[in-house]
Amino acid sequence: MNKLNLSYKAQRRLIIILFSAIPVFLLLLFSYVPLVKMLQYSFTNWDGISPKKNYVGFENYIKVFTTPEYFSVFKVSLYYFVATFVQLAIALYFATILSFKVKLANLWKGILFFPYLLNGVAIGFIFLYFYKGGGTLDTVLNFLGLKSQIHLWLGDRSINNISMAFTSVWRYMGFNFIIFLGAIQSIDPQIYEAAEIDGANKWQQFKYIILPSIKQIVFLNIILGVSGSLSVFDIPYIMTGGSNGTTTFVIQTVDTAFKYSKLGLASAMAVILLIIVLAVTLIQRLLTRERERV
Amino acid sequence: MQVQNTVVESKTATTPATVYIKKWLGFLIKYGSLIIGALVAIIPVLVVFIGSFKSRDEFMKSGVLALPKHFTFENYVTAFVDGQMLTGFKNTIFIFVVSIIGKLLLGTMIAYVLNRFDFKLKKGIMALFLIATLIPAITTQVATFQIVNGLGLFNKIWSIIVLNLGTDVISVYIFLQYLEGISVSLDEAAILEGASYFQIYRKIILPLLKAPMITVLIISGVGIYNDFYNPFLYMPDPALKVISTALFAFKGPYGTNWPVILAGVIIVILPILIVFLVLQKYIYNGVSGSVK
Repeated sequence: MNKLNLSYKAQRRLIIILFSAIPVFLLLLFSYVPLVKMLQYSFTNWDGISPKKNYVGFENYIKVFTTPEYFSVFKVSLYYFVATFVQLAIALYFATILSFKVKLANLWKGILFFPYLLNGVAIGFIFLYFYKGGGTLDTVLNFLGLKSQIHLWLGDRSINNISMAFTSVWRYMGFNFIIFLGAIQSIDPQIYEAAEIDGANKWQQFKYIILPSIKQIVFLNIILGVSGSLSVFDIPYIMTGGSNGTTTFVIQTVDTAFKYSKLGLASAMAVILLIIVLAVTLIQRLLTRERERV
Repeated sequence: MQVQNTVVESKTATTPATVYIKKWLGFLIKYGSLIIGALVAIIPVLVVFIGSFKSRDEFMKSGVLALPKHFTFENYVTAFVDGQMLTGFKNTIFIFVVSIIGKLLLGTMIAYVLNRFDFKLKKGIMALFLIATLIPAITTQVATFQIVNGLGLFNKIWSIIVLNLGTDVISVYIFLQYLEGISVSLDEAAILEGASYFQIYRKIILPLLKAPMITVLIISGVGIYNDFYNPFLYMPDPALKVISTALFAFKGPYGTNWPVILAGVIIVILPILIVFLVLQKYIYNGVSGSVK
Protein backbone atom coordinates (compact mmCIF):
# COMPACT_ATOMS: atom_id res chain seq x y z
CA MET A 1 0.00 0.00 0.00
CA ASN A 2 1.38 3.37 -0.72
CA LYS A 3 1.74 5.48 2.32
CA LEU A 4 0.44 8.74 0.96
CA ASN A 5 -2.69 7.05 -0.24
CA LEU A 6 -2.74 9.10 -3.40
CA SER A 7 -4.68 7.77 -6.32
CA TYR A 8 -2.50 6.63 -9.20
CA LYS A 9 -3.81 9.49 -11.26
CA ALA A 10 -2.68 12.08 -8.74
CA GLN A 11 0.59 10.23 -8.24
CA ARG A 12 1.21 10.21 -11.94
CA ARG A 13 0.77 13.93 -12.14
CA LEU A 14 3.00 14.54 -9.18
CA ILE A 15 5.83 12.35 -10.41
CA ILE A 16 5.74 13.78 -13.92
CA ILE A 17 6.03 17.30 -12.57
CA LEU A 18 8.57 16.48 -9.87
CA PHE A 19 10.82 14.42 -12.09
CA SER A 20 10.83 16.63 -15.14
CA ALA A 21 10.79 20.12 -13.64
CA ILE A 22 14.50 20.48 -12.85
CA PRO A 23 15.94 18.75 -15.95
CA VAL A 24 13.66 20.69 -18.28
CA PHE A 25 14.35 23.96 -16.48
CA LEU A 26 18.12 23.41 -16.73
CA LEU A 27 17.83 22.41 -20.36
CA LEU A 28 15.94 25.56 -21.21
CA LEU A 29 18.22 27.77 -19.16
CA PHE A 30 21.51 26.49 -20.54
CA SER A 31 20.67 25.36 -24.05
CA TYR A 32 17.80 27.46 -25.33
CA VAL A 33 18.03 30.76 -23.49
CA PRO A 34 21.68 31.19 -24.59
CA LEU A 35 20.65 30.44 -28.14
CA VAL A 36 17.98 33.14 -28.15
CA LYS A 37 20.19 35.62 -26.31
CA MET A 38 23.04 35.01 -28.70
CA LEU A 39 20.82 35.71 -31.67
CA GLN A 40 19.69 38.94 -30.02
CA TYR A 41 23.21 40.05 -29.13
CA SER A 42 24.39 39.38 -32.67
CA PHE A 43 22.30 42.30 -33.90
CA THR A 44 23.69 44.74 -31.34
CA ASN A 45 27.01 46.39 -30.60
CA TRP A 46 26.94 45.36 -26.93
CA ASP A 47 30.28 45.18 -25.11
CA GLY A 48 29.01 42.69 -22.53
CA ILE A 49 29.15 45.08 -19.56
CA SER A 50 27.45 48.39 -20.17
CA PRO A 51 23.67 48.53 -19.75
CA LYS A 52 23.33 49.99 -23.24
CA LYS A 53 22.76 47.77 -26.27
CA ASN A 54 22.30 49.46 -29.63
CA TYR A 55 20.58 47.63 -32.42
CA VAL A 56 22.88 47.59 -35.44
CA GLY A 57 21.08 45.24 -37.81
CA PHE A 58 23.28 42.93 -39.86
CA GLU A 59 26.38 45.05 -39.38
CA ASN A 60 28.19 42.40 -37.31
CA TYR A 61 27.52 39.70 -39.86
CA ILE A 62 28.71 41.90 -42.70
CA LYS A 63 31.84 42.68 -40.72
CA VAL A 64 32.66 39.00 -40.18
CA PHE A 65 32.34 38.19 -43.87
CA THR A 66 34.08 41.28 -45.22
CA THR A 67 36.98 41.64 -42.79
CA PRO A 68 39.68 39.17 -43.85
CA GLU A 69 41.05 39.20 -40.32
CA TYR A 70 37.87 37.58 -39.05
CA PHE A 71 37.01 35.28 -41.89
CA SER A 72 40.47 34.02 -42.83
CA VAL A 73 40.65 31.94 -39.66
CA PHE A 74 38.39 29.45 -41.40
CA LYS A 75 41.46 28.56 -43.44
CA VAL A 76 43.00 27.18 -40.27
CA SER A 77 40.04 24.81 -39.99
CA LEU A 78 41.11 23.26 -43.29
CA TYR A 79 44.20 21.79 -41.63
CA TYR A 80 42.06 20.10 -39.01
CA PHE A 81 39.55 19.10 -41.64
CA VAL A 82 42.19 17.26 -43.66
CA ALA A 83 43.63 15.83 -40.45
CA THR A 84 40.22 14.36 -39.64
CA PHE A 85 40.46 12.07 -42.65
CA VAL A 86 44.00 11.03 -41.80
CA GLN A 87 42.81 10.32 -38.29
CA LEU A 88 39.87 8.22 -39.47
CA ALA A 89 42.04 6.29 -41.91
CA ILE A 90 44.55 5.43 -39.19
CA ALA A 91 41.76 4.51 -36.79
CA LEU A 92 40.11 2.27 -39.36
CA TYR A 93 43.42 0.62 -40.22
CA PHE A 94 44.25 -0.27 -36.62
CA ALA A 95 40.68 -1.29 -35.85
CA THR A 96 40.74 -3.70 -38.80
CA ILE A 97 44.12 -5.16 -37.88
CA LEU A 98 43.09 -5.67 -34.28
CA SER A 99 39.80 -7.28 -35.18
CA PHE A 100 41.75 -10.19 -36.64
CA LYS A 101 43.93 -12.47 -34.57
CA VAL A 102 46.84 -10.48 -33.13
CA LYS A 103 49.21 -11.25 -30.30
CA LEU A 104 48.91 -8.92 -27.29
CA ALA A 105 45.71 -7.47 -28.78
CA ASN A 106 44.64 -5.86 -25.51
CA LEU A 107 47.98 -4.18 -25.01
CA TRP A 108 47.94 -2.58 -28.48
CA LYS A 109 44.35 -1.57 -28.02
CA GLY A 110 45.07 0.10 -24.69
CA ILE A 111 48.14 1.97 -25.94
CA LEU A 112 46.42 3.26 -29.06
CA PHE A 113 43.33 4.37 -27.13
CA PHE A 114 44.88 5.89 -24.02
CA PRO A 115 45.79 9.33 -25.42
CA TYR A 116 42.08 10.03 -25.84
CA LEU A 117 41.60 9.96 -22.07
CA LEU A 118 44.31 12.51 -21.33
CA ASN A 119 43.66 15.99 -20.05
CA GLY A 120 43.79 18.62 -22.81
CA VAL A 121 46.11 20.90 -20.86
CA ALA A 122 48.45 17.98 -20.19
CA ILE A 123 48.44 17.17 -23.91
CA GLY A 124 49.21 20.80 -24.66
CA PHE A 125 52.31 20.68 -22.48
CA ILE A 126 53.31 17.23 -23.70
CA PHE A 127 53.37 18.56 -27.25
CA LEU A 128 54.99 21.86 -26.38
CA TYR A 129 57.77 19.71 -25.01
CA PHE A 130 57.59 17.44 -28.03
CA TYR A 131 57.96 20.28 -30.55
CA LYS A 132 60.27 22.65 -28.68
CA GLY A 133 63.73 23.34 -30.04
CA GLY A 134 65.95 20.41 -29.04
CA GLY A 135 62.81 18.63 -27.85
CA THR A 136 61.55 15.14 -28.52
CA LEU A 137 60.84 15.48 -32.22
CA ASP A 138 64.17 17.15 -32.97
CA THR A 139 65.98 14.47 -31.02
CA VAL A 140 64.20 11.67 -32.85
CA LEU A 141 64.86 13.30 -36.24
CA ASN A 142 68.51 13.71 -35.34
CA PHE A 143 68.66 10.08 -34.35
CA LEU A 144 67.16 9.07 -37.69
CA GLY A 145 69.65 11.22 -39.57
CA LEU A 146 67.01 13.70 -40.69
CA LYS A 147 68.55 16.76 -39.08
CA SER A 148 67.86 18.85 -42.19
CA GLN A 149 64.13 18.38 -41.65
CA ILE A 150 64.09 20.19 -38.32
CA HIS A 151 61.80 23.21 -38.20
CA LEU A 152 60.51 25.68 -35.70
CA TRP A 153 57.50 23.43 -35.34
CA LEU A 154 55.28 25.92 -33.58
CA GLY A 155 56.71 29.18 -34.89
CA ASP A 156 57.15 28.56 -38.59
CA ARG A 157 53.89 29.60 -40.23
CA SER A 158 54.30 27.12 -43.05
CA ILE A 159 54.18 24.18 -40.69
CA ASN A 160 52.78 25.12 -37.28
CA ASN A 161 49.17 24.36 -38.13
CA ILE A 162 50.26 20.93 -39.31
CA SER A 163 52.00 20.41 -35.97
CA MET A 164 48.76 21.35 -34.22
CA ALA A 165 46.67 19.14 -36.46
CA PHE A 166 49.01 16.24 -35.75
CA THR A 167 48.52 16.81 -32.02
CA SER A 168 44.80 16.67 -32.58
CA VAL A 169 45.11 13.40 -34.51
CA TRP A 170 47.27 11.99 -31.72
CA ARG A 171 44.65 12.96 -29.18
CA TYR A 172 41.45 11.85 -30.88
CA MET A 173 42.45 8.87 -33.04
CA GLY A 174 41.83 6.47 -30.14
CA PHE A 175 38.21 7.51 -29.93
CA ASN A 176 37.44 6.67 -33.57
CA PHE A 177 39.55 3.54 -33.25
CA ILE A 178 37.48 2.17 -30.36
CA ILE A 179 34.21 3.03 -32.10
CA PHE A 180 35.34 1.30 -35.29
CA LEU A 181 36.70 -1.69 -33.41
CA GLY A 182 33.39 -2.12 -31.60
CA ALA A 183 31.49 -1.93 -34.88
CA ILE A 184 33.77 -4.41 -36.63
CA GLN A 185 33.64 -6.85 -33.74
CA SER A 186 29.87 -6.92 -33.87
CA ILE A 187 30.06 -8.52 -37.33
CA ASP A 188 29.20 -12.19 -37.18
CA PRO A 189 32.54 -14.09 -37.23
CA GLN A 190 30.96 -16.85 -39.31
CA ILE A 191 30.95 -14.50 -42.28
CA TYR A 192 34.75 -14.28 -42.18
CA GLU A 193 35.03 -18.01 -41.77
CA ALA A 194 32.86 -18.57 -44.81
CA ALA A 195 34.89 -16.03 -46.78
CA GLU A 196 38.14 -17.63 -45.72
CA ILE A 197 36.97 -21.03 -46.84
CA ASP A 198 36.18 -19.43 -50.18
CA GLY A 199 39.76 -18.16 -50.27
CA ALA A 200 39.17 -14.46 -49.64
CA ASN A 201 42.30 -12.67 -48.44
CA LYS A 202 42.37 -10.07 -45.71
CA TRP A 203 42.06 -7.12 -48.08
CA GLN A 204 39.04 -8.69 -49.76
CA GLN A 205 37.48 -9.42 -46.37
CA PHE A 206 37.99 -5.77 -45.49
CA LYS A 207 36.57 -4.46 -48.72
CA TYR A 208 33.58 -6.76 -49.09
CA ILE A 209 32.65 -7.60 -45.49
CA ILE A 210 33.98 -5.04 -43.02
CA LEU A 211 33.60 -1.80 -44.94
CA PRO A 212 29.99 -2.33 -46.05
CA SER A 213 28.88 -3.33 -42.55
CA ILE A 214 30.37 -0.31 -40.80
CA LYS A 215 29.60 2.30 -43.46
CA GLN A 216 27.11 4.09 -41.22
CA ILE A 217 29.54 4.38 -38.34
CA VAL A 218 32.31 5.64 -40.63
CA PHE A 219 29.97 8.23 -42.01
CA LEU A 220 28.89 9.36 -38.56
CA ASN A 221 32.53 9.72 -37.55
CA ILE A 222 33.30 11.81 -40.61
CA ILE A 223 30.53 14.22 -39.67
CA LEU A 224 31.63 14.35 -36.04
CA GLY A 225 35.12 15.06 -37.32
CA VAL A 226 33.99 17.83 -39.63
CA SER A 227 32.06 19.69 -36.96
CA GLY A 228 34.94 18.99 -34.59
CA SER A 229 37.43 20.55 -36.99
CA LEU A 230 35.34 23.70 -37.10
CA SER A 231 35.21 24.04 -33.33
CA VAL A 232 38.84 23.34 -32.40
CA PHE A 233 39.76 25.27 -29.31
CA ASP A 234 41.87 23.92 -26.51
CA ILE A 235 44.94 22.48 -28.22
CA PRO A 236 45.97 25.67 -30.08
CA TYR A 237 44.75 27.88 -27.22
CA ILE A 238 46.92 26.06 -24.69
CA MET A 239 49.93 25.59 -26.95
CA THR A 240 50.31 28.88 -28.77
CA GLY A 241 47.43 31.03 -27.56
CA GLY A 242 46.57 31.36 -31.23
CA SER A 243 49.74 33.23 -32.15
CA ASN A 244 51.57 32.98 -35.50
CA GLY A 245 48.46 32.24 -37.50
CA THR A 246 47.20 29.33 -35.42
CA THR A 247 44.02 31.09 -34.30
CA THR A 248 40.91 29.01 -34.90
CA PHE A 249 37.41 30.35 -35.28
CA VAL A 250 36.46 29.50 -31.71
CA ILE A 251 39.59 31.11 -30.26
CA GLN A 252 38.80 34.17 -32.34
CA THR A 253 35.22 34.22 -31.05
CA VAL A 254 36.25 33.82 -27.42
CA ASP A 255 38.89 36.53 -27.73
CA THR A 256 36.50 38.89 -29.48
CA ALA A 257 33.95 38.40 -26.71
CA PHE A 258 36.05 38.37 -23.58
CA LYS A 259 39.36 39.99 -24.47
CA TYR A 260 38.14 42.75 -26.77
CA SER A 261 34.65 43.06 -25.24
CA LYS A 262 32.87 42.95 -28.58
CA LEU A 263 30.08 40.70 -27.50
CA GLY A 264 27.76 41.61 -30.34
CA LEU A 265 30.36 40.79 -32.96
CA ALA A 266 31.40 37.59 -31.18
CA SER A 267 27.76 36.50 -31.04
CA ALA A 268 27.45 36.97 -34.79
CA MET A 269 30.56 34.80 -35.25
CA ALA A 270 29.12 32.14 -32.97
CA VAL A 271 25.82 32.18 -34.86
CA ILE A 272 27.69 31.67 -38.15
CA LEU A 273 29.61 28.75 -36.66
CA LEU A 274 26.40 27.27 -35.27
CA ILE A 275 24.68 27.50 -38.64
CA ILE A 276 27.56 25.73 -40.37
CA VAL A 277 27.68 22.96 -37.77
CA LEU A 278 23.90 22.55 -37.90
CA ALA A 279 23.98 22.36 -41.68
CA VAL A 280 26.63 19.64 -41.62
CA THR A 281 24.72 17.68 -38.99
CA LEU A 282 21.42 17.95 -40.81
CA ILE A 283 22.96 16.81 -44.07
CA GLN A 284 24.30 13.78 -42.24
CA ARG A 285 20.93 12.98 -40.66
CA LEU A 286 19.16 13.30 -43.99
CA LEU A 287 21.69 11.17 -45.82
CA THR A 288 21.62 8.41 -43.22
CA ARG A 289 17.85 8.41 -43.19
CA GLU A 290 17.77 8.05 -46.93
CA ARG A 291 20.19 5.18 -46.81
CA GLU A 292 18.17 3.41 -44.19
CA ARG A 293 15.15 3.56 -46.42
CA VAL A 294 16.91 1.93 -49.35
CA MET B 1 28.00 -12.70 -51.19
CA GLN B 2 30.04 -11.23 -53.99
CA VAL B 3 33.25 -12.43 -52.44
CA GLN B 4 33.32 -15.85 -54.01
CA ASN B 5 33.60 -14.91 -57.67
CA THR B 6 36.45 -12.49 -57.25
CA VAL B 7 38.52 -14.70 -55.06
CA VAL B 8 38.69 -17.96 -56.89
CA GLU B 9 40.96 -16.62 -59.64
CA SER B 10 43.63 -15.25 -57.35
CA LYS B 11 43.77 -18.55 -55.50
CA THR B 12 44.84 -20.53 -58.53
CA ALA B 13 47.79 -18.24 -59.23
CA THR B 14 49.60 -18.75 -55.93
CA THR B 15 52.46 -21.15 -55.36
CA PRO B 16 53.74 -22.28 -51.93
CA ALA B 17 56.71 -19.90 -52.12
CA THR B 18 54.63 -16.80 -52.78
CA VAL B 19 52.22 -17.84 -50.06
CA TYR B 20 55.13 -18.04 -47.66
CA ILE B 21 56.47 -14.62 -48.66
CA LYS B 22 53.04 -13.07 -48.48
CA LYS B 23 52.52 -14.46 -45.01
CA TRP B 24 55.80 -13.02 -43.81
CA LEU B 25 55.12 -9.70 -45.42
CA GLY B 26 51.68 -9.57 -43.81
CA PHE B 27 53.20 -10.39 -40.44
CA LEU B 28 55.82 -7.67 -40.90
CA ILE B 29 53.34 -5.01 -41.93
CA LYS B 30 50.91 -5.92 -39.18
CA TYR B 31 53.32 -5.90 -36.26
CA GLY B 32 55.53 -3.21 -37.78
CA SER B 33 52.64 -0.78 -38.00
CA LEU B 34 51.42 -1.69 -34.52
CA ILE B 35 54.85 -1.02 -33.09
CA ILE B 36 55.13 2.30 -34.90
CA GLY B 37 51.64 3.29 -33.77
CA ALA B 38 52.42 2.34 -30.19
CA LEU B 39 55.72 4.23 -30.25
CA VAL B 40 54.03 7.37 -31.57
CA ALA B 41 51.45 7.08 -28.82
CA ILE B 42 53.94 6.40 -26.04
CA ILE B 43 57.10 8.39 -26.78
CA PRO B 44 55.65 11.90 -26.27
CA VAL B 45 54.41 10.85 -22.82
CA LEU B 46 57.42 8.74 -21.96
CA VAL B 47 59.88 11.60 -22.46
CA VAL B 48 57.75 13.74 -20.16
CA PHE B 49 57.96 11.01 -17.55
CA ILE B 50 61.74 10.78 -17.94
CA GLY B 51 62.25 14.53 -17.81
CA SER B 52 60.13 14.94 -14.70
CA PHE B 53 62.73 13.14 -12.58
CA LYS B 54 65.69 15.26 -13.63
CA SER B 55 67.08 18.15 -11.66
CA ARG B 56 66.99 21.44 -13.50
CA ASP B 57 70.74 21.28 -13.95
CA GLU B 58 70.76 17.81 -15.38
CA PHE B 59 67.75 18.66 -17.55
CA MET B 60 69.66 21.49 -19.25
CA LYS B 61 72.68 19.32 -19.96
CA SER B 62 71.11 16.03 -21.05
CA GLY B 63 69.04 15.05 -24.05
CA VAL B 64 65.31 14.41 -23.75
CA LEU B 65 65.68 10.68 -24.24
CA ALA B 66 68.54 10.26 -21.77
CA LEU B 67 67.49 8.58 -18.54
CA PRO B 68 68.05 10.62 -15.38
CA LYS B 69 71.31 9.83 -13.61
CA HIS B 70 70.10 11.12 -10.28
CA PHE B 71 66.43 10.60 -9.63
CA THR B 72 64.83 13.53 -7.89
CA PHE B 73 61.26 13.95 -6.70
CA GLU B 74 61.83 17.61 -6.06
CA ASN B 75 59.89 18.63 -9.18
CA TYR B 76 56.89 16.71 -7.97
CA VAL B 77 57.01 18.42 -4.61
CA THR B 78 57.34 21.84 -6.24
CA ALA B 79 54.56 21.13 -8.73
CA PHE B 80 52.23 19.76 -6.11
CA VAL B 81 52.82 22.33 -3.37
CA ASP B 82 53.69 25.56 -5.19
CA GLY B 83 51.51 24.66 -8.14
CA GLN B 84 48.46 24.38 -5.87
CA MET B 85 47.60 21.01 -7.30
CA LEU B 86 46.08 19.93 -4.02
CA THR B 87 43.52 22.73 -4.38
CA GLY B 88 43.01 21.55 -7.94
CA PHE B 89 42.34 17.97 -6.92
CA LYS B 90 40.03 19.03 -4.09
CA ASN B 91 37.92 21.21 -6.37
CA THR B 92 37.90 18.70 -9.20
CA ILE B 93 36.79 15.91 -6.86
CA PHE B 94 34.02 18.08 -5.41
CA ILE B 95 32.76 19.06 -8.86
CA PHE B 96 33.08 15.46 -10.01
CA VAL B 97 31.09 13.92 -7.16
CA VAL B 98 28.29 16.47 -7.09
CA SER B 99 27.95 16.62 -10.89
CA ILE B 100 27.90 12.85 -11.32
CA ILE B 101 25.32 12.28 -8.59
CA GLY B 102 23.22 15.05 -10.07
CA LYS B 103 23.54 13.74 -13.60
CA LEU B 104 22.62 10.21 -12.61
CA LEU B 105 19.61 11.33 -10.58
CA LEU B 106 18.24 13.93 -12.98
CA GLY B 107 18.99 11.80 -16.02
CA THR B 108 17.25 8.68 -14.73
CA MET B 109 14.32 10.72 -13.41
CA ILE B 110 13.53 12.48 -16.67
CA ALA B 111 14.16 9.30 -18.65
CA TYR B 112 11.78 7.36 -16.39
CA VAL B 113 9.03 9.93 -16.82
CA LEU B 114 9.52 10.26 -20.57
CA ASN B 115 9.68 6.54 -21.17
CA ARG B 116 6.93 5.28 -18.87
CA PHE B 117 4.22 7.95 -19.00
CA ASP B 118 2.18 9.59 -21.70
CA PHE B 119 1.34 13.22 -21.13
CA LYS B 120 0.56 16.35 -23.02
CA LEU B 121 3.98 17.96 -23.05
CA LYS B 122 5.90 14.74 -23.59
CA LYS B 123 6.47 15.15 -27.29
CA GLY B 124 7.52 18.75 -26.82
CA ILE B 125 10.04 17.84 -24.11
CA MET B 126 11.43 15.00 -26.21
CA ALA B 127 11.90 17.40 -29.09
CA LEU B 128 13.66 19.90 -26.83
CA PHE B 129 16.17 17.26 -25.77
CA LEU B 130 16.64 16.05 -29.33
CA ILE B 131 17.27 19.48 -30.79
CA ALA B 132 19.62 20.35 -27.95
CA THR B 133 21.97 17.54 -29.06
CA LEU B 134 22.48 19.44 -32.29
CA ILE B 135 23.72 22.63 -30.62
CA PRO B 136 27.41 22.37 -29.74
CA ALA B 137 27.83 24.04 -26.33
CA ILE B 138 30.99 25.81 -27.43
CA THR B 139 29.08 27.86 -29.99
CA THR B 140 26.65 29.35 -27.48
CA GLN B 141 29.29 29.96 -24.82
CA VAL B 142 29.29 33.71 -25.45
CA ALA B 143 25.69 33.99 -24.25
CA THR B 144 25.91 31.24 -21.63
CA PHE B 145 28.49 33.35 -19.88
CA GLN B 146 25.98 36.15 -19.48
CA ILE B 147 23.46 33.76 -17.93
CA VAL B 148 25.91 32.28 -15.47
CA ASN B 149 27.00 35.77 -14.60
CA GLY B 150 23.39 36.89 -14.25
CA LEU B 151 22.72 34.06 -11.80
CA GLY B 152 25.54 35.42 -9.65
CA LEU B 153 27.51 32.22 -10.17
CA PHE B 154 30.59 33.75 -11.78
CA ASN B 155 33.66 32.74 -9.79
CA LYS B 156 31.65 30.20 -7.79
CA ILE B 157 32.25 26.48 -7.91
CA TRP B 158 28.54 25.90 -8.53
CA SER B 159 28.79 27.55 -11.94
CA ILE B 160 30.58 24.49 -13.31
CA ILE B 161 28.30 22.04 -11.55
CA VAL B 162 25.16 23.72 -12.82
CA LEU B 163 26.63 23.82 -16.33
CA ASN B 164 27.56 20.15 -16.14
CA LEU B 165 24.00 19.31 -15.20
CA GLY B 166 22.31 21.68 -17.59
CA THR B 167 24.18 20.83 -20.75
CA ASP B 168 24.14 17.07 -20.41
CA VAL B 169 21.76 15.69 -22.99
CA ILE B 170 23.68 12.58 -23.93
CA SER B 171 23.12 10.80 -20.64
CA VAL B 172 19.37 11.37 -20.87
CA TYR B 173 19.58 9.66 -24.24
CA ILE B 174 21.57 6.75 -22.94
CA PHE B 175 19.03 6.17 -20.16
CA LEU B 176 16.07 6.53 -22.50
CA GLN B 177 17.52 4.02 -24.91
CA TYR B 178 18.20 1.52 -22.18
CA LEU B 179 14.73 1.93 -20.66
CA GLU B 180 13.16 0.97 -23.98
CA GLY B 181 14.59 -2.49 -23.44
CA ILE B 182 13.17 -2.90 -19.92
CA SER B 183 9.74 -4.45 -20.05
CA VAL B 184 6.83 -2.48 -18.60
CA SER B 185 5.42 -5.71 -17.18
CA LEU B 186 7.78 -5.31 -14.23
CA ASP B 187 6.17 -1.97 -13.41
CA GLU B 188 2.70 -3.42 -13.85
CA ALA B 189 3.42 -6.31 -11.51
CA ALA B 190 4.65 -3.88 -8.90
CA ILE B 191 1.54 -1.76 -9.27
CA LEU B 192 -0.62 -4.83 -8.66
CA GLU B 193 1.22 -5.24 -5.40
CA GLY B 194 0.43 -1.66 -4.51
CA ALA B 195 3.77 0.00 -5.16
CA SER B 196 3.72 3.74 -5.83
CA TYR B 197 5.32 5.19 -8.96
CA PHE B 198 8.09 6.55 -6.83
CA GLN B 199 8.75 3.12 -5.37
CA ILE B 200 8.86 1.69 -8.88
CA TYR B 201 11.51 4.23 -9.85
CA ARG B 202 13.48 3.65 -6.69
CA LYS B 203 13.19 -0.15 -6.40
CA ILE B 204 12.88 -1.33 -9.99
CA ILE B 205 14.08 1.24 -12.49
CA LEU B 206 17.17 2.54 -10.68
CA PRO B 207 18.70 -0.88 -9.98
CA LEU B 208 18.05 -1.96 -13.56
CA LEU B 209 19.79 1.10 -14.93
CA LYS B 210 23.13 0.17 -13.38
CA ALA B 211 24.81 -0.59 -16.72
CA PRO B 212 23.97 2.72 -18.45
CA MET B 213 24.83 4.51 -15.19
CA ILE B 214 28.34 3.14 -15.43
CA THR B 215 28.51 4.33 -19.03
CA VAL B 216 27.42 7.83 -18.00
CA LEU B 217 29.78 7.80 -15.03
CA ILE B 218 32.72 7.04 -17.30
CA ILE B 219 31.99 9.41 -20.17
CA SER B 220 31.00 12.28 -17.92
CA GLY B 221 33.70 11.47 -15.42
CA VAL B 222 36.48 11.71 -18.00
CA GLY B 223 34.84 14.84 -19.40
CA ILE B 224 34.67 16.56 -16.02
CA TYR B 225 38.20 15.59 -15.02
CA ASN B 226 39.58 16.88 -18.30
CA ASP B 227 37.39 19.98 -18.64
CA PHE B 228 39.53 23.03 -19.13
CA TYR B 229 37.37 25.52 -20.94
CA ASN B 230 34.54 25.99 -18.44
CA PRO B 231 36.63 26.32 -15.28
CA PHE B 232 39.02 28.60 -17.15
CA LEU B 233 36.20 30.88 -18.23
CA TYR B 234 33.96 30.81 -15.17
CA MET B 235 36.32 30.42 -12.23
CA PRO B 236 39.41 32.62 -12.52
CA ASP B 237 39.67 32.79 -8.72
CA PRO B 238 42.93 31.00 -7.77
CA ALA B 239 41.18 29.31 -4.84
CA LEU B 240 38.83 27.66 -7.33
CA LYS B 241 41.49 26.09 -9.49
CA VAL B 242 40.63 22.68 -10.83
CA ILE B 243 43.21 20.24 -12.03
CA SER B 244 43.26 21.57 -15.61
CA THR B 245 43.46 25.23 -14.72
CA ALA B 246 46.05 24.54 -12.01
CA LEU B 247 48.23 22.91 -14.65
CA PHE B 248 47.55 25.65 -17.17
CA ALA B 249 48.75 28.23 -14.65
CA PHE B 250 52.21 26.60 -14.85
CA LYS B 251 52.63 28.34 -18.17
CA GLY B 252 53.50 31.65 -16.58
CA PRO B 253 55.77 31.26 -13.55
CA TYR B 254 57.39 27.99 -14.66
CA GLY B 255 57.63 29.08 -18.28
CA THR B 256 61.19 27.87 -18.58
CA ASN B 257 61.30 25.45 -15.69
CA TRP B 258 60.43 22.39 -17.73
CA PRO B 259 61.09 19.69 -15.12
CA VAL B 260 58.42 21.15 -12.82
CA ILE B 261 55.92 21.46 -15.67
CA LEU B 262 56.62 17.87 -16.70
CA ALA B 263 56.07 16.68 -13.14
CA GLY B 264 52.76 18.57 -13.11
CA VAL B 265 51.73 16.83 -16.33
CA ILE B 266 52.50 13.42 -14.86
CA ILE B 267 50.57 14.27 -11.67
CA VAL B 268 47.54 15.13 -13.79
CA ILE B 269 47.61 12.05 -16.00
CA LEU B 270 48.50 9.49 -13.33
CA PRO B 271 44.99 9.19 -11.82
CA ILE B 272 43.47 8.72 -15.28
CA LEU B 273 46.06 6.05 -16.10
CA ILE B 274 45.21 4.15 -12.92
CA VAL B 275 41.48 4.40 -13.55
CA PHE B 276 42.03 3.25 -17.12
CA LEU B 277 44.04 0.20 -16.09
CA VAL B 278 41.41 -0.82 -13.54
CA LEU B 279 38.27 -0.09 -15.55
CA GLN B 280 39.49 -0.74 -19.11
CA LYS B 281 36.56 -2.87 -20.17
CA TYR B 282 33.93 -0.47 -18.87
CA ILE B 283 35.68 2.47 -20.47
CA TYR B 284 35.72 0.87 -23.92
CA ASN B 285 32.04 0.01 -23.60
CA GLY B 286 31.24 3.47 -22.30
CA VAL B 287 32.97 5.20 -25.19
CA SER B 288 31.32 3.05 -27.83
CA GLY B 289 28.00 3.38 -26.00
CA SER B 290 28.14 7.15 -26.25
CA VAL B 291 27.73 7.30 -30.03
CA LYS B 292 25.07 4.65 -30.60
